Amino acid sequence: MSFPWARAYQPKAPLMRYLDEKLPLPRFVYNAVGAGYPVPRNLNYMWNFGVLAGFCLMLQIVTGVVLAMHYAPNALVAFDSVEHIMRDVNWGWMMRYVHANGASFFFLVIYIHIFRGLFYSSYKAPREMIWLIGVVIFLLLMATAFMGYVLPWGQMSYWGAQVITGLFSAIPMVGEPLQIWILGGFAPDNAALNRFFSLHFLLPFVIAGAVILHIWALHIPGSSNPTGVEVKAESDTVPFHPYYTAKDGFGLGIFLLLLMTFVFFLPNALGHPDNYIEANRLATPAEIVPEWYFWPFYAILRAFTFDFILPAKLWGVLAMFASILLWFFLPWLDRSPVRSGHYRPLFRKFFWFGLIPAMAILFWAGGAPAEEPYVMLSQIATAYYFLHFLVFLPLISWIEQPEPLPYSITEAVLGEDKKAVLGENTAPAT
Amino acid sequence: MIRFVGPVIGLGFAFVALIAFAVGAYTVFTEGWGEKPVEYQFTLPPKEVEFSHDGPFGQWDYAQLQRGYQVYKEVCAACHSIRLISFRNLAELGYSEAEVKAEAASWSVPGINPDTGEPTTQPGTPPDYFPRPYANDVAAAAANNNAVPPDLSLITKARHHGSEYVYSLLTGYRDPATFQVDGRTISQASPDFSTPPGLYFNPYFPNLNIAMSPPIIVDGQVTYADGTAPTIDQMSMDVAAFLTWTAEPTLIKRKQTGWPVIGFLLFATVLAWFAKKQIWAPSKSAGRRDGLDRKLAETVPSGSAQGGAQGEALTAPATDPDDVRRV
Repeated sequence: MSFPWARAYQPKAPLMRYLDEKLPLPRFVYNAVGAGYPVPRNLNYMWNFGVLAGFCLMLQIVTGVVLAMHYAPNALVAFDSVEHIMRDVNWGWMMRYVHANGASFFFLVIYIHIFRGLFYSSYKAPREMIWLIGVVIFLLLMATAFMGYVLPWGQMSYWGAQVITGLFSAIPMVGEPLQIWILGGFAPDNAALNRFFSLHFLLPFVIAGAVILHIWALHIPGSSNPTGVEVKAESDTVPFHPYYTAKDGFGLGIFLLLLMTFVFFLPNALGHPDNYIEANRLATPAEIVPEWYFWPFYAILRAFTFDFILPAKLWGVLAMFASILLWFFLPWLDRSPVRSGHYRPLFRKFFWFGLIPAMAILFWAGGAPAEEPYVMLSQIATAYYFLHFLVFLPLISWIEQPEPLPYSITEAVLGEDKKAVLGENTAPAT
Repeated sequence: MIRFVGPVIGLGFAFVALIAFAVGAYTVFTEGWGEKPVEYQFTLPPKEVEFSHDGPFGQWDYAQLQRGYQVYKEVCAACHSIRLISFRNLAELGYSEAEVKAEAASWSVPGINPDTGEPTTQPGTPPDYFPRPYANDVAAAAANNNAVPPDLSLITKARHHGSEYVYSLLTGYRDPATFQVDGRTISQASPDFSTPPGLYFNPYFPNLNIAMSPPIIVDGQVTYADGTAPTIDQMSMDVAAFLTWTAEPTLIKRKQTGWPVIGFLLFATVLAWFAKKQIWAPSKSAGRRDGLDRKLAETVPSGSAQGGAQGEALTAPATDPDDVRRV
């Protein structure tokens, strides 16, 4: 499951040799994220975000478990128990702010990770399975984040739960009973809060399991790289440790600096003030907006304002789910044999001048009130979003003339072999 | 299969989205963009004022917090609760233990008569929470023209720019007849707009009409012990600062904890950067072409490696002589 030149684990200390015989866990780690995993030598900083996402998951689980020790999942006291954590639990405020902002940064990291995959076509063979599991992780993550946001039982928690579960009521015939079944009642209440807490505690561990599958699937073909050219020889790779552990360490430092700046100096900047008002079923907030990381999908949901054969609401719900589910089919929609966007002139234009602006508009419109011109902008961006993935990508891969690829990763890093005349390149190349 | 179904689905969603767009565009074309509601046009953003607790180096102004507490007690507490605050928390405002006890005792809190078990009221003790002015929301609404005065514990976190909002609201009552935005009065913008009896016009309140009568109305409404002149402005600032504290008593501790954390992370990140640089140095040099071009590699005498000992140790462990093969 690795390259033939991968370093073999050779325990030296007697204890490690003993352990290796009985339970080769250190060997497993060595081969997964140690010196035993050869990785392309040319990864740029976009490749830091997988490790960062893994770190975020661990951070969320650790802070979440501590918060769960003091949180009370009961509609009568949930809001107050969160304030109890903020005021009376030692360092509770820090745990909660790390957890809340950590969720935001988890999504930031995941979005960069996904768009790295989209630009470099990391979803293409032989890495389809990694991508498919990744989309599953993303869906689980969205569910977990949504349910976590309900737990403080503030106004936005309550009405967010109302709106999101209300999406299911758009389904013909079974919609209404389905929403009631999901909520355990006619509106969000104790039953909903309790089950959301239960699932919010469970799903991160399901995600952790899916992450293990994600990494397992990754280790079969090995990591992709910015050229999209597969590893051909040992010189194309460096061992994960110490090369990428060092690079990831630096990336982690930058990430933590950013996260901690928010935790200690802007802890509520990414949240909505209304969530500091206790849930009240009799008072609808002036505006119901989800957390920022759901804005693009919220914009797609609201973009469908016209009853075309089906009710507009149903179109919105279908489109919102389809906008993520279509990622499952990317490996088969994009038929270009070239992976990296660096060598795909047409794809690159559509990516930077089509998909990225469309996503930016969807982000912006999703957080804005449902009025013009935001709705019209989101409608154009939504149309582009679907055309990009389902129409343009297959077309591009059909008509595009890719630019010449480097012969190998090493060549991409060091220049063509012709220049590498003996004796001339003993001086460090820049 | 997916290559045929995919584009059909994509075109379908795009088509429906564009129809919705066309309908919206047609509406805008025939009816214009539509004027924003009058509440939107005439709501003002909070005044820009500075508090000592603002900014990454902010500090509590304890004298101000104590004055703000006094304003809360003598003015706001008649209608608004701060139910998440208990008397013991007042120690954080700089009151001594004896002062906290005395302060608690000056409030009467609900309790149970130990002899009869009947509900009663008794003087507060430090562990007690601040009492609510009304028995329940129904009583609160009945006494306040059907509006429930909100609990103020979290008010500055529950509004955008909360501290400034509270200050602006308290000092922001205006006469709707003369209040102008962009040279227009409200009656010019919307003849239907009125401030019904029992409501009060305040452009800092999103609805423009607020059920709270102006609470701080004259200079000298409270008498400050520290000699500060109790102007309307000063009292409003003080109570806004106090309510910032009630919303997040750990605010300053948070910022103060942040600096060492950021400092440590900066240090660690710089270290990590140099570690990364040093580890990568040998592979960034022209070496390590081995294995790619066999012909070239074979002409290289083994062991002719260039580069520092550091890189040597990392890229060419003694156990693997093959790795030493470099150009």
